[in-house]
Amino acid sequence: MNKLTSGAKVYLAIVFLILYAPIFYLIFYSFNSGGTMNNFESFTWEHYQAVFEDSRLLVILINTVIIALLSGLIATIIGTLGAIGIVSIRNKKMRNTLLSFNNVLIVSPDVVIGASFLILFTMIGVKLGFTSVLVSHIAFSIPIVVLMVLPKLLEMNTNLIDAAQDLGASKRDVLTRVILPYIKPGIFAGFFMAITYSLDDFAVTFFVTGNGFSTLSVEIYSMARAGITLTVNAISGIVFIATVLIVIGYYFVTNRSKVGNTGVQE
Amino acid sequence: MTTKVSKGSLFPYVIWIALFVIAPILLVGYFSLLDLNGNFTLANYVNFFKPAYLTMTLTSFWYAFLITLFTLIVAYPTAYFLTKTKHKHLWLMFIIIPSWINLLLKTYAFIGIFGLYGPINAIAEVFGIEPTQILFTDFSFIFVAVYIFIPFMIIPIFNALDKLNPTLVYAARDLGASRFTTFRRVVFPLTIEGVKSGIQVTFIPALSLFMITRLIAGNQVITLGTAIEQQFLVAQNWGMGSTIAVFLIIFMVIIMLLTGQKRKRGRV
Repeated sequence: MNKLTSGAKVYLAIVFLILYAPIFYLIFYSFNSGGTMNNFESFTWEHYQAVFEDSRLLVILINTVIIALLSGLIATIIGTLGAIGIVSIRNKKMRNTLLSFNNVLIVSPDVVIGASFLILFTMIGVKLGFTSVLVSHIAFSIPIVVLMVLPKLLEMNTNLIDAAQDLGASKRDVLTRVILPYIKPGIFAGFFMAITYSLDDFAVTFFVTGNGFSTLSVEIYSMARAGITLTVNAISGIVFIATVLIVIGYYFVTNRSKVGNTGVQE
Repeated sequence: MTTKVSKGSLFPYVIWIALFVIAPILLVGYFSLLDLNGNFTLANYVNFFKPAYLTMTLTSFWYAFLITLFTLIVAYPTAYFLTKTKHKHLWLMFIIIPSWINLLLKTYAFIGIFGLYGPINAIAEVFGIEPTQILFTDFSFIFVAVYIFIPFMIIPIFNALDKLNPTLVYAARDLGASRFTTFRRVVFPLTIEGVKSGIQVTFIPALSLFMITRLIAGNQVITLGTAIEQQFLVAQNWGMGSTIAVFLIIFMVIIMLLTGQKRKRGRV
């Protein structure tokens, strides 16, 4: 009854093929000495070399990673504290209001977020560049961290906190030794999601980045508008490898913490 | 209890809400009432209801509708078959991985694939079809957008199907319902919430796409997103840009109400 028919298998195969073909197409031609994406002449590493020799591109790559890690870290701290705060609110109306505010940036189209942040930074007088991009990335990552941490907090048994307090734990102890270890998987997931949001963002960054500062997405956009350069293909090869490594790493981290978690509960 | 510890922890979060959620919305509302010289005016709103902008809004909706429809048509069976595979969570992972590759790179790939000398035209030539420019057409725009959104549509539908109690399907079959009837009367209604959140995460972004329209559709297709970008960054008319943004926010709220109501009630 639950077996897949061969038709279904073919269907799935086609979907997977379509999903992956463009990515492998890009990577394949990154080794093309020909310089176009349709005529494979001979194998070469020259486009990868070009990436690593282009100091401007390297700076952009480093900027992108710094922005992602830094915004992910700060968003995780604010978001986790926020989630703990939300859960502690007894007033149901108040709690739901905060949660709806939380979801505004998640559902808003990124063009609207970008445009409104542009107005905001201009009004406050923040110079467009590293700061504005970093602050925007923190801002749109916070709600996703909250959404990742919240379920863990809600499923936590409040008796654990009462027990800790009865045993003489201070409020700080309760936070650092009971609550935070329990919600750790949620915090990890939130941090990870924040980083991927930041790495993947184009629209918001495009609005709030000034002339001097650029992230990978914005740079690829301007390169792609100019036409096909196989340097972009080489970048996609690097990005693909990095993504797969991150996914595998994340998979192991979450699986380990899951095992640890059930171990505690049982 | 924990309340005192936790109240303090809300402080940075509440500041974030005030600065980056409430203030931007108010600012967009305020700017939509300004003309190019910073004087109060309703002209932007009057402009929005002129034929040029109305047609653009309608086409933007039409494209978003088509994109959502095709994404759903591809994603639902995929999610359905995925739940039937042996290592379903592993396979789902493989669906999600492409969504983590930078959006710009995936779009850039299609510039090559759909190009005049690209592989699609090369295949067409084998069958004796003259190479044509596929880039900068409605087809290429919709195809690329659907490609981008497929994983995001599959995930909520997969989750809904995964939660579905299989005994309900067995019961329907035992009671004599055909495969199709079982699907139409049992499986689909029970997974409609997943479909709704899938539509939500596809339709709203599809209305506001601007990068794909620029790279893939040339300047053939103008969506609400493209118009906002144009007003803000090219024409420097923040007033008009904000007005379009206000309408985009209104449309978003309407779509949220249409697709999200039941789920929210269930959550509370």
